[in-house]
Amino acid sequence: MLKIEDLHVYYGGIHALKGLSLEVTDGQIVTLIGANGAGKSSTLRSIAGLVKNRKGKILFEGQNILGKTPEALVGMGIAMCPEGRRILPHLTVMENLMLGAYIRNDRDGISKDLDWVFELFPRLKERTWQKGGTLSGGEQQMLALGRALMSRPKLLMLDEPSLGLAPLLVKEVFEIIRTINAEGKTVLLVEQNAYAALKVAHYAYVLEVGEIVLQGTGEALIENPKVREAYLGG
Amino acid sequence: MSLDMFIQHLFNALTLGSLYGLIAIGYTMVYGILRLINFAHGDIFMLGAYFVFFGVTLTKLPWGIAVILAVALSALCGIVIDRIAYRPLRDAPRISALISAIGVSFFIENLGLVVFTGLPKPVYRPDWLVEIITLGNIRILPLALIVPAIAFALVMGLLWIVYKTKPGLAMRSISKDIETTRLMGVSVDKIIALTFGLGSALAAASGIMWALRYPQIHPFMGVFPGFKAFIAAVLGGIGSIQGAMIGGMLLGLIEIMAVAFFPALSGYRDAFAFILLIVILLMKPTGLMGEKLEEKV
Repeated sequence: MLKIEDLHVYYGGIHALKGLSLEVTDGQIVTLIGANGAGKSSTLRSIAGLVKNRKGKILFEGQNILGKTPEALVGMGIAMCPEGRRILPHLTVMENLMLGAYIRNDRDGISKDLDWVFELFPRLKERTWQKGGTLSGGEQQMLALGRALMSRPKLLMLDEPSLGLAPLLVKEVFEIIRTINAEGKTVLLVEQNAYAALKVAHYAYVLEVGEIVLQGTGEALIENPKVREAYLGG
Repeated sequence: MSLDMFIQHLFNALTLGSLYGLIAIGYTMVYGILRLINFAHGDIFMLGAYFVFFGVTLTKLPWGIAVILAVALSALCGIVIDRIAYRPLRDAPRISALISAIGVSFFIENLGLVVFTGLPKPVYRPDWLVEIITLGNIRILPLALIVPAIAFALVMGLLWIVYKTKPGLAMRSISKDIETTRLMGVSVDKIIALTFGLGSALAAASGIMWALRYPQIHPFMGVFPGFKAFIAAVLGGIGSIQGAMIGGMLLGLIEIMAVAFFPALSGYRDAFAFILLIVILLMKPTGLMGEKLEEKV
């Protein structure tokens, strides 16, 4: 579904991604783990079209999407749930979700997906008319996930969805990622909670200062001594 | 002062306040989205009045049609200004766009001086707007009733767009977080163009009504109403549409009533607004309806 070949990204003078290549297979959960500043977010932001200074190839369903605007990419079926949730605090839960469906005009489809999102996150349904900013951290994460789903994406990119959440909620988030995937969405997940991410992922890449240093199935990487030492606390 | 006199002043204040408010909305909407003070906004007000003038005198259009075309043309001017002078500077430091705005303002005013000449032009006014009517002991122009009514209708229409439509939702979203809004599939540039279009249409409507109230137009007629409206926007809380309208009304009220109660101060009329600006900036910089300015995380 998604294939990145030799991607370079520069921020000012910093060479943030140095020839990164990876592949996301249709129907899978693929995760990118690594330390802070390794380039995980830069990778997602490049795919989403938010990074200007880049070269290489990003193929989505066979088409090179490098240079497309974020809004065009949403139309092609790529949705990103950004780091820090970034829900709109002054808009209601419903308005946040409708913003997610901004590119769509199929009323019936939208209301069907809305029902699905409320089924996934029953707590959002109780808070439809509440302002996004009044939700708890966990609820805001649910809202961000639901909002991303409302564009009916083929590829869902999640940037640190468990960041700052209580352990119980972290578990819930990963269960939901699994559910979303089981319903046919391909997921590209960036996480610093490496253990949970590897547990849920079909395939995983380890990123170090802008380069991929290891890859394999989630299970294989959990067993890998190098990964255990560097990311799983021994 | 008799009650009748007071009511007459009140209507004058309402008229002036509506006109300030309509301009102020354009300032506040653009600021809310781009954090840019669009100094050229007062000049759109002037262009609106001139477009009607030329529509009626040059092309001999019926007045009503000329007004509608003038509003549409002014909206287009606002969009073109954004496209040429502000959009290329979207990623530049904020001060660059501000300087660009000042440049555009000078450019339009001086272009007006060349094309329209500096000679004030008399404005055609349909009789039914300016034949004084008497209600009991109160003598007022129909304008004094119509201007606030039109302003009210325009603001209601605008609020409907902002709060009940999809582009309005995108506008409110952009004002808080442009990047996230783009990730939702919104073409931010189109929404910004729409914002400039709407704001400019309201400024033009204000300019046209201003020209009916004070029937002489000249290329610099937008400068002072522009400043005043900017003050009204700050007073109401910049970024808030309702605030802009309330700020405009208050400013109109203060100006008219100060002169009505203290005629000796009439020479200082324009000074009241600026004193008010300084007081607000010192006491409550976020204005009446403004939100707390929070640093983006």
